[in-house]
Amino acid sequence: MNSLVATQYITFKVGDELFAIDVISVREVLELSLITRIPDAPAHLRGMVNVRGEAIPVVDLRAKFGLPVIPDSVHTRIVVLEIEVGGQQSVLGGIADSVHEVIEFDADMISPPPRFASRLKGDLIKGVARRAEELIIILNTAAVFSGDDMDQMAVAVSQTGSPSGAEAGQQ
Amino acid sequence: MSTPNPSITFLHEAEDLLVQIEEIILEIHSQDAPAEPVNQLFRAFHTIKGSGAMFGFDAVAEFTHHVESVLDKVREGEFPFSDELSDLVLASKDQIKKLLEVSQGGDPVEPGSSERIIAALGEFSKSGKAVPAPAVVSTASRGPAQAPGRQQFTIRFKPNPEMMAFGTNPVSLLNELRALGECTVCGDYQNVPLLADIVRDRCYFSWEIVLFTAAGINAIRDVFIFAEDGSQIDIEAVGAPEPAPADSPANKAAESKGAEKHAAHPAAELGAKESSASKKPSSNNSLVRVPSEKLDRLVTLVGELVMNQSRLSQVAARVDLAEVTAPVEEIERLVSELRDNVLGIRMTPIGLAFNRLKRLVHDLSGELGKQIDLITEGAETELDKTVLDQIGDPLVHLIRNSVDHGIESADDRELHGKPRRGKIRLAAAHVGSHVVITIQDDGRGLDPEKIRAKAISKNLIPADAQLTEKEIFNLIFLPGFSTAAQVTSVSGRGVGMDVVKRQIDSLRGTVSLASQLGGGTTTTLTLPLTLAIIDGLLVEIGSDQFIVPMALVTENVELHKADRARNNSRNAVAVRGDLIPYVRLRNLFQVAEGEPDIEKIVIAQQGEERVGLVVDRVLGSHQTVIQSIGRFYRDLEIVSGATIMGDGRVALILDVAGLVHSVRHGVAHGMRAANHGSLEETAKR
Repeated sequence: MNSLVATQYITFKVGDELFAIDVISVREVLELSLITRIPDAPAHLRGMVNVRGEAIPVVDLRAKFGLPVIPDSVHTRIVVLEIEVGGQQSVLGGIADSVHEVIEFDADMISPPPRFASRLKGDLIKGVARRAEELIIILNTAAVFSGDDMDQMAVAVSQTGSPSGAEAGQQ
Repeated sequence: MSTPNPSITFLHEAEDLLVQIEEIILEIHSQDAPAEPVNQLFRAFHTIKGSGAMFGFDAVAEFTHHVESVLDKVREGEFPFSDELSDLVLASKDQIKKLLEVSQGGDPVEPGSSERIIAALGEFSKSGKAVPAPAVVSTASRGPAQAPGRQQFTIRFKPNPEMMAFGTNPVSLLNELRALGECTVCGDYQNVPLLADIVRDRCYFSWEIVLFTAAGINAIRDVFIFAEDGSQIDIEAVGAPEPAPADSPANKAAESKGAEKHAAHPAAELGAKESSASKKPSSNNSLVRVPSEKLDRLVTLVGELVMNQSRLSQVAARVDLAEVTAPVEEIERLVSELRDNVLGIRMTPIGLAFNRLKRLVHDLSGELGKQIDLITEGAETELDKTVLDQIGDPLVHLIRNSVDHGIESADDRELHGKPRRGKIRLAAAHVGSHVVITIQDDGRGLDPEKIRAKAISKNLIPADAQLTEKEIFNLIFLPGFSTAAQVTSVSGRGVGMDVVKRQIDSLRGTVSLASQLGGGTTTTLTLPLTLAIIDGLLVEIGSDQFIVPMALVTENVELHKADRARNNSRNAVAVRGDLIPYVRLRNLFQVAEGEPDIEKIVIAQQGEERVGLVVDRVLGSHQTVIQSIGRFYRDLEIVSGATIMGDGRVALILDVAGLVHSVRHGVAHGMRAANHGSLEETAKR
């Protein structure tokens, strides 16, 4: 990353923590609409939602980060992302408790992720930025939403590791 | 649209020709008198050479020249088109393909590989001449080969004035003629205008050429293949060939029809136009080449149209005005017709995939020293190109398995009282809205005990598992299972059948195996015709809507609450004498609210059995535009896709096979607890 160029981030809250992701991968932010539940999907996969004629999967970031589930509020938003997963361009949504603003950080304002980062596995975090008294966790979008990680989560959640199940996730 | 780059056009053309060449070679095997196929072969190579040189693919043109000269000798009857030669020509074809790929930025060819093939070809054309006696004997049915008699030809060549603008240089044509034999060229410059009137690119010359050659009239006409348009070419044979064997009646009778025959009539003056007419298959004239992205775009648009039409229908039903209802119904009819037509355009005959497999069997059986015939049926069966593109690899894998593990060596086969030549039958047919592909070999078959032992040793099943034969065969599809004791270069790296299964699953198809020990194995693939739009049955469970692919639905019956209570122990319903097991989706999906008194059972055909899916309500048929649910849900067995409903909601498309499978195996979490009953009785884990 070029340290002279500032990158724009979009910030949102999940639980009490403030997160940021690179604005480049964000397509739009939507109010919550009807989400079609998928039977038998892991808890963090909330279902499918219609974004202008396209059915996209949505991930509940609360569940993903291991936070207790709370009812959706008027502030709940779907952040629609375009990211590359396994070499394929995918569109998917992440549900955040609220979405705040777009801010700029220079690369040198971001410190590497702390070794023992709270609940989140280290590779999900790209870095940590400080603004006034606030800590903003910058997420590694690809890692957070990558299918492989999801599959691992799914296996861990369901505890039904059939001999084929675990391998099917890797390919 | 921009004008197409001519060298790209050449690459497309060459690609087609190479496919054609392979087909012809494999066809020649089954014919006694392959005069016409050999001619076609020659023309195909000649075209590649000619256009290749024209567009600067010099390496390709140079290489192709050598193949062409060998084939020319076959054409002139100097030696027969033997099996060795066919292998050599196939190798050459592959080499040309590689050379073409190099020009498109592919990997460079192995140094010296072209030279090796050229040397082999040269060797062949010499030895073919050196030992003509056995060749003639072995092809006695074709009559004595035509001796290469030298003959004099007079050629009048008045080129199309625009010829040079089309990229053809008359001087190089004359040089080609010179290469054929003794040649006297007289230029006629009568038509050359005054210097002031000369247009730079026009050709004002014409020529009269006297050629004394052994090459025959075909070779001469071939020189002018690319100069025919608008040019005047007269070729006249003068007198009889030096030794005159060509016209004996026996020879003529044995000679098959086709262009070869023309060589036996040297006196006939043959217009070049005639040969060009027979060169092009007539079906080509009515075909249009369209990039597949354009078709994909069209299918997407029709998909959106279908979606919006269903919204419109929904609104019309609500408004309920006669003057709205009528046109909306008309639009519905038109859209559905449009859909069928557009999807029809993408339908491609499966024969394209079969051809590749013929070659595979030919190569592999040679490599393994086995004798195998591949019999194909239903090559004209059509299915969506997107499906076709994705079944190539699984088919290759299955055929490899049959060749490598299935068919025994010729000696083994004789020992077991089977014919020495093994047989693989590859058949495709339409069944309902599916295409069923069968791969059947008469090899050694699968040994259920071996498979079972192996599965136990790999911890895939518990040692005391009670499995039917069919279930045992299905173990082969588990990851990490491979029956081959030793790894060969052909197959058996243990990454086999599970990959096949996964690929077929991802196409919403099924794969099943049947086998008889010692009698052979049959693999059956069932694939949907299309991946884009299907007819679906819309059902509701609680407030969620789902689509069941209509092709699977056989009928719907009612399930009363009282009956259900009575059946609770077995979860099966009697439909006209058959006991059909059912799954209550409400339990499976853990929907609690709004349980109706009378539920509906949608009876679906799943392979050879029928299963019932219990839903709250059946809402009717629905044209379903399938959207992939992407990478994130791909491990979900019970859902195969999603679709947007008229009201903007997302409905999920149920995967009946996956549903049944997951209920039986309790793979999906929460399912075992949720579903008791007959479907689960067979569960093994």
